[in-house]
Amino acid sequence: MQIILKGGIVINPAQNIEQKLDLLIDNGIIKKIGAIKPGEYSSAKIYDFENKFIVPGLFDMHVHLREPGREDEETVVTGANAAAAGGFTGLACMPNTNPTIDSAEVINFINQKANGHLVNVHSIGAVTLGRKGESLAPIAEMVEAGAVAFSDDGVAVKTAAILRKAMEYASMYDKLVIEHCEDESLAGGAMNESVVSTQLGLPPLPSVSEDLIVMRDILLAEYVGARVHIAHISTKASVEMVRQAKKKGINVTAEVTPHHFTLTHDSLKTFDTNFKMNPPLRSKEDVLAIIEGLKDGTIDCIASDHAPHSIEEKDLEFINAPNGIIGLETQLGLAITELVHKGHLTISQLVEKLSVNPRKILNVPVPQITEDENADLTIFDSDMVWTVDKNKFKSKSKNTPFDKRLLTGKSIAVINNGKMFIDDNFLNITG
Amino acid sequence: MALSTPHLLGLNGVPKEDIQLILDTATTFREVLDRPIKKVPTLQGKTIVNLFYESSTRTRISFELAQKRLSADIVNFSKGTSSVSKGESFKDTVKNIEAMKVDMIVVRHSSAGVPHYLTRISNANIINAGDGLHEHPTQALLDMYSIREKLNSLEGLRICIIGDIAHSRVALSNIYGLKTMGATVNVCGPATMIPKELERLGVKIYNNVDKAIAEHDVINVLRIQLEREAGISIPSLREYHNYFGITAERIERNNKDILILHPGPINRGVELSSEVADGPYQVILNQVTNGVAIRMAVLYLLGTAN
Ligand SMILES: [Zn+2]
Repeated sequence: MQIILKGGIVINPAQNIEQKLDLLIDNGIIKKIGAIKPGEYSSAKIYDFENKFIVPGLFDMHVHLREPGREDEETVVTGANAAAAGGFTGLACMPNTNPTIDSAEVINFINQKANGHLVNVHSIGAVTLGRKGESLAPIAEMVEAGAVAFSDDGVAVKTAAILRKAMEYASMYDKLVIEHCEDESLAGGAMNESVVSTQLGLPPLPSVSEDLIVMRDILLAEYVGARVHIAHISTKASVEMVRQAKKKGINVTAEVTPHHFTLTHDSLKTFDTNFKMNPPLRSKEDVLAIIEGLKDGTIDCIASDHAPHSIEEKDLEFINAPNGIIGLETQLGLAITELVHKGHLTISQLVEKLSVNPRKILNVPVPQITEDENADLTIFDSDMVWTVDKNKFKSKSKNTPFDKRLLTGKSIAVINNGKMFIDDNFLNITG
Repeated sequence: MALSTPHLLGLNGVPKEDIQLILDTATTFREVLDRPIKKVPTLQGKTIVNLFYESSTRTRISFELAQKRLSADIVNFSKGTSSVSKGESFKDTVKNIEAMKVDMIVVRHSSAGVPHYLTRISNANIINAGDGLHEHPTQALLDMYSIREKLNSLEGLRICIIGDIAHSRVALSNIYGLKTMGATVNVCGPATMIPKELERLGVKIYNNVDKAIAEHDVINVLRIQLEREAGISIPSLREYHNYFGITAERIERNNKDILILHPGPINRGVELSSEVADGPYQVILNQVTNGVAIRMAVLYLLGTAN
């Protein structure tokens, strides 16, 4: 089967392409790039993507699928469906499932569930068995099963001693540790410590608890000579530490979530648990520092920290509600609205942060928009104005603070693995 | 006259006119409480639920008494917070209670924001009887009433709240309410007991209790919460008493005219010495009757608004 993507603006910063080009895709493989005349390939189905952006498929490196363990909240397939609807062709899932992703068996199970899907699902293995911080999980075995990185996300790796060993061990396979930076002794609060937590009487989570672990991890990465990736960076001081570390040539990278560059802790004033997450929403000053970090490259990528929770679990008294929000289906719209339309990033820079860089960090090949390559593409409209409707999400969960929010910019279609997602449907484009 | 809101969730943002109305209405009810027959039929036919998810004998009894004096029908629901995670969710409990046609809910909970949450899941008038470390508006109103009773006005007064400000819901409500009424409010305590950026609410922070006594007309001395986080915030109760405790010697030396409030129950020899608690000083302890009058006023104003 042949399809033609007509009139789109093809951008791939990894190849230095930024040009209006038609694409012919034959059985899921890119067969021609350049102007395609009307009538050429008469049997092909033509998609008019005039002035829409066609980019290497977006990749979300921080997703919580709830399978195995909480299939009522999300499964590998529903999470991958949500990713496709949000404009993503690849994702990496965090290991805090039940059982934990701390063995090849669990990775094989996830691979099997994701088999044949449009979205490539990669597993991040736990650093330590059960994420308990006591002994190393079987890292080599998990690498062999396909793990792209290691993390105890939800918590930081418990001690510097075991983190050091994990960094050394993972380095043998050129894999890195992804850190949820939070000092355990300062953890346990419900919102960012500030005048707002003081006013609301909610147990505070100080920003310094993140900074302490970012500092520890940067120092260890330098000492060991390993790579480390800071998940969901949220404070001004942490951004500055990463900036300085990069200047010194230390191998540290960082991601930020859309909610941490969009919202501040002022949103907590209604005690709506959909604003409760960890790291918590921070101050305006932190948000501005994060945007600066995105602009100057200190923050390499954007990741959702998609964290599904059932309605019953989230609809509770504030301190009893769990942390986290879903984000796969709002991420691209928020990034375009908040970063591109506000003049902080160009489309090309956005594509780096949502497609190229996360793959580079995880050593996953970046899709090439080249003849005879697999078509792994996202097509989005940067000007489409739409209203978020949680009831239309593909995700099994609805815990979003962005319901009813007006966004500018939306994914129109994704193509990968011989499949296409468009108009709310998966199509087979092979055979 | 009516309040500008159907709920009393806290004193943050409550206009001066509302506070004035509550205090004035309480004065009327205070007189009722001195009569031989202390009951009025004002809330006859209204059903009030006291939803206490955290133990609090004094506040609960005060509310109950106020409700009885106003002839309301009362349903009491108490639940230890420990059992919250098991069994029925808070929302389901509220939905079940609502099915009984409830007009008002008085709520005490260990999580800040529960009264606000209740306004979203219930149609009743909500009264906050203490939510986490957030607010306890009727306690602050009763403190304000008691100060006004002694000193006639709140306008222009200098009031200092002394103790573990970070673990007090009374402090925050007092700060909001008193500032609205034109008083200057400051706080005093060890730095470990002052919540982050409190000064941004327009209060000054004292770490020297002598100075705090000398520079204020009223001190509101908070109970040091032995069972809560005091343990990690101070070296010992003895050291707290030596450096922050209110003693007769400190009063004599710094300000003999000061009015002292203590919401009770006192930890004698910790935040207040026995000499002060029992001595000839201007001390307001446990204003039980005023508390009932304030709660009658709030219940009456919210319960008869429609
Ligand atoms: Zn995390």
